[in-house]
Amino acid sequence: MISLAGRDILHSWGKYVFTGAGLGLLIGVTLSMAGIYRGMVEDARMLLTNSGADLWVVQRDTLGPYAEPSTLHDDSWRGIAGLPGVAATGNVTYLTMQARRGDDDVRVMVVGFEPGHPGEPTNLIAGRPITRSHYEAVADEKTGFLLNEEVRVRRHDYTVVGLTRRMVSASGDPMIFIPLKDAQEAQFLKDNDAIINDRARTAANPGLNRPNVPGLLDAVIASQSANHNVNAVLVQVAPGWDENLVAESIRRWKRLQAYTRAQMEEILIAKLIATSAKQIAMFLVILAIVSGAIVSFIIYTMTLGKIREIAVLKLIGTPNRTIAGMILQEALGLGLAGFIVGKAVATLWAPYFPKYVLLETGDAVSGFLAVMLICTLASIVAIRAALRVDPATAIGG
Amino acid sequence: MTLPAIHIEGLTKRYGSGDTAVDALKGVDMSIAPGEVVGLVGPSGSGKSTLLKCLGAVIEPTGGRMQLGGQNIYDGSASGWQIDDLRALRRDRIGFVFQAPYLIPFLDVTDNVALSLMLAGKGNGIARQRALELLQALDVAHRAGAAVSELSGGEQQRVAIARALANQPPVILADEPTAPLDSERALTVMHILNQMAQQYQTAIIVVTHDEKIIPTFRRIYHIRDGKTYEEAGEGRTI
Repeated sequence: MISLAGRDILHSWGKYVFTGAGLGLLIGVTLSMAGIYRGMVEDARMLLTNSGADLWVVQRDTLGPYAEPSTLHDDSWRGIAGLPGVAATGNVTYLTMQARRGDDDVRVMVVGFEPGHPGEPTNLIAGRPITRSHYEAVADEKTGFLLNEEVRVRRHDYTVVGLTRRMVSASGDPMIFIPLKDAQEAQFLKDNDAIINDRARTAANPGLNRPNVPGLLDAVIASQSANHNVNAVLVQVAPGWDENLVAESIRRWKRLQAYTRAQMEEILIAKLIATSAKQIAMFLVILAIVSGAIVSFIIYTMTLGKIREIAVLKLIGTPNRTIAGMILQEALGLGLAGFIVGKAVATLWAPYFPKYVLLETGDAVSGFLAVMLICTLASIVAIRAALRVDPATAIGG
Repeated sequence: MTLPAIHIEGLTKRYGSGDTAVDALKGVDMSIAPGEVVGLVGPSGSGKSTLLKCLGAVIEPTGGRMQLGGQNIYDGSASGWQIDDLRALRRDRIGFVFQAPYLIPFLDVTDNVALSLMLAGKGNGIARQRALELLQALDVAHRAGAAVSELSGGEQQRVAIARALANQPPVILADEPTAPLDSERALTVMHILNQMAQQYQTAIIVVTHDEKIIPTFRRIYHIRDGKTYEEAGEGRTI
């Protein structure tokens, strides 16, 4: 038997190609939206993986350090390091800010870390790790910085000595790693005017500036100027130890909050990016409805354009299932063409997105099945119209 | 004794009901032998198309009797249609030729003819072979692989006739097949229909307004106000 749908598509291939391309662009947008969501999840996972930690110890009653602010003393690690099952600890600070690059600025997450401890940059693709105590930085390639370029963080300039790949925050901002001491200063220290102002206020406070207690004012000012806080302590668990038990031990004995990798993933994915995920899901639903409506309209219009031929086909004895099959196959053909175009354009334009877009094969398969389902549903209206065609209309009068 | 290809008695068709009912056919009688080509002539609104649709089993008459090759296919005094599968009846036993050829534009010439055979269950090879034979008989075999849009009006009408003949139906219903053609081509189409009717012993009813082809019929049925009146034609050889 002749494939009526195949012949019709070949006969008017130009119309199908252009319609398929238009539909494909819409499908491409849909696949990209799914890719953006996957990219956000992947960024969150990469953040956790790249930190090299098994546990995140943060301020009690907070969801820090990524989802909520958290402040710990930078000597908290000593007590944690002494607990059974703890192999290594590392202080870290995280600060999302606009870093200066010449006359321009770029949004980054500045990470303060201790070399040789959990939290140091991985995935180095160029240059070297930080070897000096101050004013060196390792930047992610997405920041746009090049080796030996200067990056200004607050009041100081840092020389980029290394470049990383896929080191990003949970919201996709590329990271710049600087030594912990520099990062503490950048995060917690005030500007010069504020420091002078605070000193004057402290000196004017008779409770803190007692002439009969020498050195008190200087001690108070020194404590105000120095900063000994970090956002979290990253912990690596010794081999063979259950991370849940170690976390429980930290919570119990150190009066701090400790999250395992699974808990941190839950915080990042279910809480931090949940709203964005819902936003994207809503957009995907709208796109699916719009795609369905467009396919439905196109197939319906194409079918109406063949009413006379359908009447003749029915008159010469073509079964309804053959006519319905022709329309369904054309709808599926259109969906297939649209999907191929959509997958191609989504793959082509994904690298140009400012944030990571992850196009997963599973999503593509689901997308393909969804397109086929939408096309099948969309063809129902056209099939109903075709089946209602009276073969008598082929005969005049 | 040869059974008539078509035999109808007292065929009626009423549209609507009550005060708004319209009697399109008021008791049509007609009998056509195999191989005979008859004309069906009448003014607009006389019931020609309704009669054609009843004969083509696309609308159901209201009363009367209709036989095809001696087989009762409609009996108003019984339960109406005497055949369950009207689609198969149209496919296997009735051919249609329209005013415009109404070929399927996305099939080539051969497949337009072969499709009817394939729908009747013939294999692709056999269907295409038979289609080519018919196209040869109708002198359009040289356009077998062409798209229908590349054919002239006369060629398209020949392909439409080939399609109608594909399953060798006992009856062909032709609805003003020469209307869009000039005199010469109209007479050529009538010549072909007569030739095919003889060759395949097919009864052909030609609905027409076309004065130039009326002299070619041996018998003409005039239809007026839903009733038929038979008249002997000139039967002029073309």
